[in-house]
Amino acid sequence: MTMLVHEGQPTLLPRLSASRKRERVERTDGVAPKLRSRGLRAFFGKKEVLKGIDLPVAAREVTAVIGPSGCGKSTWIRCLNRMHELIADARLEGAVELDGRDVYARDVDPVLLRRRIGMVFQKPNPFPTMSIRDNVLAGLRLTGTLARVRPAEVVERALRQAALWDEVKDSLTQPGASLSGGQQQRLCIARTLAVDPEVILMDEPCSALDPIATARIEDLIHALSDRYTIVIVTHNMQQATRVSDSTAFFLMGELVEHAPTNQLFTSPKDRRTEEYITGRFG
Amino acid sequence: MNGAGKNEPDGTPTHDPGKAPTNDPSSASRRRRHVAFVALALGATVLPLAVLAMLLGGVTLDGLGRIGWDFLTSYPSRRAARAGILPGLVGSISLISLTAALAVPIGVGAAVYLEEYGKRTRIARIIELNIANLAGVPSVIYGLLGLGVFVRTLGMGRSLLAGACTLALLVLPIVIVASREALKNVPDSTREACLALGSTRWQAIRQVVLPMAFPEILTGVILAVSRAIGETAPLVVIGALAYVTFLPDGVLAPFTTLPIQIFDWVSRPQQSFAVNAAAGIVVLMGTLLALNGVAIGLRARLQRRKA
Repeated sequence: MTMLVHEGQPTLLPRLSASRKRERVERTDGVAPKLRSRGLRAFFGKKEVLKGIDLPVAAREVTAVIGPSGCGKSTWIRCLNRMHELIADARLEGAVELDGRDVYARDVDPVLLRRRIGMVFQKPNPFPTMSIRDNVLAGLRLTGTLARVRPAEVVERALRQAALWDEVKDSLTQPGASLSGGQQQRLCIARTLAVDPEVILMDEPCSALDPIATARIEDLIHALSDRYTIVIVTHNMQQATRVSDSTAFFLMGELVEHAPTNQLFTSPKDRRTEEYITGRFG
Repeated sequence: MNGAGKNEPDGTPTHDPGKAPTNDPSSASRRRRHVAFVALALGATVLPLAVLAMLLGGVTLDGLGRIGWDFLTSYPSRRAARAGILPGLVGSISLISLTAALAVPIGVGAAVYLEEYGKRTRIARIIELNIANLAGVPSVIYGLLGLGVFVRTLGMGRSLLAGACTLALLVLPIVIVASREALKNVPDSTREACLALGSTRWQAIRQVVLPMAFPEILTGVILAVSRAIGETAPLVVIGALAYVTFLPDGVLAPFTTLPIQIFDWVSRPQQSFAVNAAAGIVVLMGTLLALNGVAIGLRARLQRRKA
């Protein structure tokens, strides 16, 4: 990512390419968001973990979700592609709209929805029984759509997009589990890209990785935001400032503040946001 | 979600520099206790193996001289020296193959339902408890069940099929329990990865979860087959024959098995038949080892591919 700061934007976070990000946020103002959660409440049994979240996700931008442990940020992201409901005794109220249509409507098949909204998990989870190549093709093979594509092309495109091609192009038949942690996570990203989603959800994708691998994933997220709408949950506030266009701060199941990343970290409107980002709690 | 907090820095390990482990005065007695425990564990391993080795050694010494091509390819006879074990050998192998063909799909299917689809309801818990209990039911009871249901009610007669159905029931609990354990060992993150790619539950199970669990399921099948191949009582109850001079020509044909043949020989007064019985036991062990060897080889190959 660009490390330059243009203009004399006053900021506590000099590494943020502030002006570019500000520009992008403003450009999409007024445009209908790709995703929007409306009054979203989520429960585990009787425990309410999301207390009515209203949050738009702008198209082709990176939206970061930060907050202390247990604030509901992972639950929220799992509601977006209907993974939340897979957990026993999980329940949900409210709506999530993808291009203006409620994904919880009766006629929406969650299986088809998840092909439009891909997900990358906290721990790299390539399929251990499959080669690198088969891991990339896994989504297509699982869903029986492999016959409609040229596998070699899909593999190369997805691996190039995930910035992994040069490292693995000579070892495509090796097991996916033989890669390093950071490579495995990029393989998982390639696997997600191969099914050609519109939105990519990332649930703390770097928390199991070392700083160098993290930097590579962050660069990748940046590059991917040209084509995909990305939502990233992160524990790491520096990461949010580095990769995202806008940031949402969650606290105890509520959305405290959502603003352009630069603004949220330099001049937060809510006192709780300020306390959190300055490290007074969380 | 629970994964929160994992990327926080580890707490610095507390170190007490003044306390080196070797200076501990009680370390000598602790070491003695350690050695005693290792010796005990070693004894517990060696003793049963030694007894087993003595038994097998005795039987092998008794019977090995009797084993030859003729013994394996002859039919039973009133004269011990001319008697062979062919019907028992063919019967046992056919019976076991048929049993596995019945028990594995049903057992794995039940395990997939209980583990992947079934909700944690009271009924599910009752079913689970019953499966565990079924594994402890004496095999004669299964024989009676087989006689009542398969031989009489379903009209299978005293056939290979009736025997295989009975044995399949007998080993089902083993297959189900082992398969469930195997499925439990496939991490949930794998299932989530599949679903997040837009697969249905069944696509995930069929293409990813079951292949990952398969080597372990195979271990359960090996156990089940090892149990089934030695079973005599339920087959006697459903009416397997002891003196057969023909080979089964289909699943509805009457049959005998190695353990029944051995039992028949053992119960005869002549010493020469006792030698035949010993030889039969060696053949039974050999068959079991061969079957398990195939399964273990298969498992090893699958695991290598996985690694």
